[in-house]
Amino acid sequence: MVEFTPRTTDAIPPAEVPDVELYHPHSWWTTYVFSQDAKVIAIQYSSTAMAIGLVALVLSWLMRLQLAFPGTFDFITPEAYYQFVTMHGMIMVVYLLTALFLGGFGNYLIPLMVGARDMAFPYLNMLSYWIYLAAVLVLVASFFAPGGPTGAGWTLYPPQAILGGTPGGQQAGILIMLFSLILFIIGFTMGGLNYVVTVLQGRARGMTLMRMPLTVWGIFTATVMALLAFPALFVAAVMMLFDRLLGTSFFMPALVEMGEQLSYGGGSPILFQHLFWFFGHPEVYIVALPAFGIVSDLISTHARKNIFGYRMMVWAIVAIGALSFIVWAHHMYVSGMHPYFGFFFATTTLIIAVPTAIKVYNWVLTLWRGDIHLTIPMLFALAFIVTFVNGGLTGLFLGNVVVDVPLSDTMFVVAHFHMVMGVAPILVIFGAIYHWYPKITGRMLNEVMGHFHFWVTFIGAYLIFFPMHYVGLVGVPRRYPELGETAFIPESVHTLNEFITIAALVVGFAQLVFLFNLFWSLKNGREAGGNPWRATTLEWQTPTTPPPHGNWGDRLPVVYRWAYDYSVPGAPQDFIAQNDPWPNKPVVHR
Amino acid sequence: MAETTLSHVPPQMRPSGLRGVAADWSSDQRAFKNVSWGKAMMWVFLLSDTFVFGCFLIAYMTARMSTVEPWPNASEVFALHLFGRDLPLILIAIMTFVLISSSGTMAMAVNFAYRRDRKRTAILMLLTAVLGATFVGMQAFEWSKLIMEGVRPWGNPWGAAQFGSAFFMITGFHGTHVTIGVIFLLIVARKVARGDYDTDARGFFTSRRGNYESVEIMGLYWHFVDLVWVFIFAFFYLW
Ligand code: HEM
Ligand SMILES: [Cu+2]
Repeated sequence: MVEFTPRTTDAIPPAEVPDVELYHPHSWWTTYVFSQDAKVIAIQYSSTAMAIGLVALVLSWLMRLQLAFPGTFDFITPEAYYQFVTMHGMIMVVYLLTALFLGGFGNYLIPLMVGARDMAFPYLNMLSYWIYLAAVLVLVASFFAPGGPTGAGWTLYPPQAILGGTPGGQQAGILIMLFSLILFIIGFTMGGLNYVVTVLQGRARGMTLMRMPLTVWGIFTATVMALLAFPALFVAAVMMLFDRLLGTSFFMPALVEMGEQLSYGGGSPILFQHLFWFFGHPEVYIVALPAFGIVSDLISTHARKNIFGYRMMVWAIVAIGALSFIVWAHHMYVSGMHPYFGFFFATTTLIIAVPTAIKVYNWVLTLWRGDIHLTIPMLFALAFIVTFVNGGLTGLFLGNVVVDVPLSDTMFVVAHFHMVMGVAPILVIFGAIYHWYPKITGRMLNEVMGHFHFWVTFIGAYLIFFPMHYVGLVGVPRRYPELGETAFIPESVHTLNEFITIAALVVGFAQLVFLFNLFWSLKNGREAGGNPWRATTLEWQTPTTPPPHGNWGDRLPVVYRWAYDYSVPGAPQDFIAQNDPWPNKPVVHR
Repeated sequence: MAETTLSHVPPQMRPSGLRGVAADWSSDQRAFKNVSWGKAMMWVFLLSDTFVFGCFLIAYMTARMSTVEPWPNASEVFALHLFGRDLPLILIAIMTFVLISSSGTMAMAVNFAYRRDRKRTAILMLLTAVLGATFVGMQAFEWSKLIMEGVRPWGNPWGAAQFGSAFFMITGFHGTHVTIGVIFLLIVARKVARGDYDTDARGFFTSRRGNYESVEIMGLYWHFVDLVWVFIFAFFYLW
């Protein structure tokens, strides 16, 4: 046991900026609808994201039904299947995960965790949400547009994305998708500026960067990455809009369609792939880093132990963020590239495994001999670690050129990315909701429903995606609505497909229990009090729960320690809040 | 425990150079001391916008290098027929001169703003806006000239179709930035002239009090747009 000598003097820094003045809403509309309070905006972001996420979930059922029982459902034509795949993928990645982690958790947690009254620019923050909502509505509109949504795959690769053979290619579908993405990026940028500036310039007294909870580090780094990665998608979307609307040929080579020479010529489809994946790969980490951060805090809190290797965890987050900008072409091994290029990108890809592995080890070492409480947030956090390791290992396979080439575009890839960026972050989102719901509403979520939800989701996710690895290894390609009579595909694949579909339906319906729980517990949940998990971070120390507009009442918090003082020997409780001056006497600060 | 000692020393005694940077980043409250939220936001935004322009320019270079058709000769395409002969790049030289000068007037406006010289600040900002508008006007002239000569986003009489595509897209995107800048210059100039920053008047949308720093933040944006133009100029007209 390490000897702990509390320091007796801890200088309390003077405030560098006067307390900010908040916008005081005058009406119901400006309080709950056009609110400038980051917490309300967070709830708006989260609800919108979950609502559109439900659409993506339903689409996945439809796809699964088609894969298991081909030919049974008349309305799922091959075109419809492509549209489902595309919308499912794009919604899940961009409109659900990115918006929920950054717009939802970012808005709620950043100001509270760093001890600020609100985001730096509340008005801009509000605009960010409304533009995001517009982007979602535009996206939804494509389901009702003539020709339906685009069926180009979430990667939107040209030339097919804007040609007649692809659903929505020559109709409104692709235009609406690109337009919606551009809106999303504009809206996100407005929010992103807020998150970055608030973390860098708006922290409480005593809150140094190296005292911030890892949640904030994860969201902060992800936001910086998003601000640098979305520009590539923006540019790609603008150029593709021009190709489609004005007849430019940025991405379009000379083409013959139905025996007819098109007017395009001289463009480079590969250029689009580079732009897309310069965005697309960092995007994977934009949803992973907040998850990493949140999971660290969940584990530490529910194992009543400080996070192992805090500094290493921070630097690992930053290193992953930086490295993920130089690996994008591992998505393009099959597009054809110079072998040296492939070598370079395979190497950088594998190097990312180092900081990632550090994080996994540190999580495990945090758990080691901890006082583990198997609360529902903890269960989800543990499930995340297992799932992430699983998905990460198949990532090592796919990062190598020679292994990737035969596996590319098979269901193995689908299994891999669902594990690593589908299931894993979603598990963290659930854990985080169970963890912070008491702060947001003042009541605990129901535990019985919670356990049901957890076990069905966790086991179900494995039942869905484990067999998919095998299906992929046998050679079943992705994005195929139907396998037909194919000699190399064994009978077992068909059986498995039915099995997977049933599992997917069950898991899907378990989410309805979760949604019900969210509403049910609003009224009927157990009263939570201000700090039900006995956690150290600032959001649990607010004067009232749920925190009021301005968060802190009339006195801003002063921070004396890092976020992980659990089970400190000699301390009166098994946690010491960040704003607790123990062992010094509390001082009243102006 | 991850300890970071907070040593609070008066600004004049803060370590300088790299040590100062390290001290600031390991301190509480703010990583950039003496940088307001507004200014920090503009810097972060400009970083993001740099990536937008960077992607546009790299895409243009890729298109130009990978096309198999000849690329139109810039010094002929962008020449004006003046005084009985073809002057290569003359229009663009004037445009560049105008825009760079506007950076000068902007810098002077910032200077006077910090002296709270309302009148001169407002006049210089207006002048900057006029120069910016002139730039956009000349760009419109250049576009119409090229369009009359048959340049279209999807093709042109002299070679690779991507010439027109990239030209209209990138100069258009830059011109949009200048136009937005002009609009905001006018708004801020009006606030300066009206004395909003002296009377602590609240913004119409944000209901926050402004101060003369808005002029400097506006200036950051404006210099950035100028700087981007230098790159567009180099890669489009000189290459
Ligand atoms: C109940 C959970 C889910 C099920 C059953 C499911 C199922 C599927 C299916 C059947 C496909 C199409 C495979 C193909 O034919 O190529 C697919 C594609 C995809 N899914 Fe999911 N999915 C789920 C959750 C998620 C989540 C949470 C994400 C978030 C990252 C996600 C992201 C994607 C992406 C990016 C694609 C690729 C789309 C494309 O090929 O263009 N999915 N999913
Ligand atoms: Cu990747």
